[in-house]
Amino acid sequence: MSVAAAESGVILQRRGVLAAIGDYFWRRPGMLIFLMLLPALLWLGIVYLGSLLALLLQSFFAIDEFSGVVDRSQLTLKTYAELLRPQNVDIIFRTVLMAASVTVASAVIAFPIAYVAARYAKGYWKALFYLGVMLPLWASYLVKIYAWKLILAREGILNWVFEQLHLTWLLQAWLSIPVIGGNSLSISYTGTFLVFLYVWMPYMILPIQAAIERVPTNLLDASSDLGATPLQTFWKVIFPLALPGIVAGSIFTFSLTLGDYIIPQIVGNSQFFIGQAVYSHQGTAGNIPLAAAFTVVPIVIMVLYLWGAKRAGAFDAL
Amino acid sequence: MRSSEPRAPLGLAFAATAGLLFMLLPLALIFLYAFSTEERTYQWPPPGLTLKWFAVTWGRVDVWQALTLSVQVASISTLLALILGTLCAAAVSGTKFFGRETISLLVILPIALPGIITGISLRSAFNLMEIPFSFWTIILGHATFCIVVVYNNAVARFRRLHGSMVEAAMDLGANSFQTFRHVILPNLGTALLAGGMLAFALSFDEVIVTTFTAGQQQTLPIWMLEELIRPRQRPVTNVVAMVVVLVTLLPILLAYYLTRDGDQIAGSGK
Repeated sequence: MSVAAAESGVILQRRGVLAAIGDYFWRRPGMLIFLMLLPALLWLGIVYLGSLLALLLQSFFAIDEFSGVVDRSQLTLKTYAELLRPQNVDIIFRTVLMAASVTVASAVIAFPIAYVAARYAKGYWKALFYLGVMLPLWASYLVKIYAWKLILAREGILNWVFEQLHLTWLLQAWLSIPVIGGNSLSISYTGTFLVFLYVWMPYMILPIQAAIERVPTNLLDASSDLGATPLQTFWKVIFPLALPGIVAGSIFTFSLTLGDYIIPQIVGNSQFFIGQAVYSHQGTAGNIPLAAAFTVVPIVIMVLYLWGAKRAGAFDAL
Repeated sequence: MRSSEPRAPLGLAFAATAGLLFMLLPLALIFLYAFSTEERTYQWPPPGLTLKWFAVTWGRVDVWQALTLSVQVASISTLLALILGTLCAAAVSGTKFFGRETISLLVILPIALPGIITGISLRSAFNLMEIPFSFWTIILGHATFCIVVVYNNAVARFRRLHGSMVEAAMDLGANSFQTFRHVILPNLGTALLAGGMLAFALSFDEVIVTTFTAGQQQTLPIWMLEELIRPRQRPVTNVVAMVVVLVTLLPILLAYYLTRDGDQIAGSGK
């Protein structure tokens, strides 16, 4: 076949440098793939992984407590011992707890939205739901925080609403609860939690919606044909199939909360989260090794999380 | 499904509506505050409405400089991400080879790990190699996490693009470049546009990585962050916030129209 084609001159018509290059790649697809991958791999490998490894390496250096100079001559685990001091463990524990609560709350609020958007919204409503999800998702991160600064301010709208409803006592009672309360909403964990929830929740909706949209309608028909009530169909068919979507969404909400240092800095009390600890150790304190060791914590947590998510089939739902 | 239009149960519809309101009302508030006459506090309800602050903001040199820098950084990062992300997506979706999963993971990693990690590792790498912070160090950081957005969009489209179309084009005498120009690119176009716009929006808005990789330069988010931490000119910030929301609204609407058609084709084709 190929010999006949070559002899008949069909291929001879497409001569030229470009054609020759094209033919070369057609015969060696592996080479083409390699060349296509090379730029991105070089970029990510050198710029990203290179910097990441350099940072991790720094966590095995230690800072001299008297001179404040980083000792690069030997590798040590001293910095990691420092990381395990009670005040640092507190920071880690606080951050993980916040990330977990934000994730759970996001899933609870996001699920009905995703479910209605995927299964009931049609035409005009579908567009509205799309906008309702995409606008907060893509709206500027800082603008979203700013909006909540306006809302939570003492003279802001939330306090005003509580006042109009004569429910200020309820707000005060909530704020007087230890740990989650505080002097005012904008300097309490409740405030931090609300802002985290608002900023990261949209990332939960899309994967859940995609997972639910992928449930074939004939599965639901079969379920009801076999005598399941709508509620049974939901719990036995839809929910298990939507679960990978929830796990996929939780990767975002969990990871983003884990590493954020701007939200707790603007809305919250002065207790540090991991991100703030990293920021202050690398900046004002100049303790790069400890900052590096702190970044290892979210990396380890996220690697474990991603590994678990992969087993739950969450990557197909991204 | 077409015969009977199912309606959402009341409780579910209520929960979904409440959720949507929770997401949209804070943004609506931004629009209102931009017109407030109040200068020193975040007082609600606003004592009066005015257009004065739009003129004041228009005349601010620092806002314009920050905006220009943000647009420049976002444009170049998006361009880089488009090239790298598309090539990578083409390679990964075309064939199966050893290490393919690892490459997908590598591309996703910069957004799967918290931004602060990307930021601090780049910063310490620049310090180690004694690279001074500049316009280009900001771009190095931004392009790294923009690649994944383009990659995701392109991979999804490549998956739908059947190999048989490419083979048909080549059987009909097109060389590889003609096939790319006339068959692959038109099919890929809208996905790249959508991915590119999302990458632009991502870079335009990025603050965490930028705080680590910028020197004296102020992108618009950095300008805003300083206002958030130490509010000095609340009315100007209100106006800037509103404009930023408006600017992000446009690409979203566009991306919606672009990808909506693609979804319909995919739905009817399979």
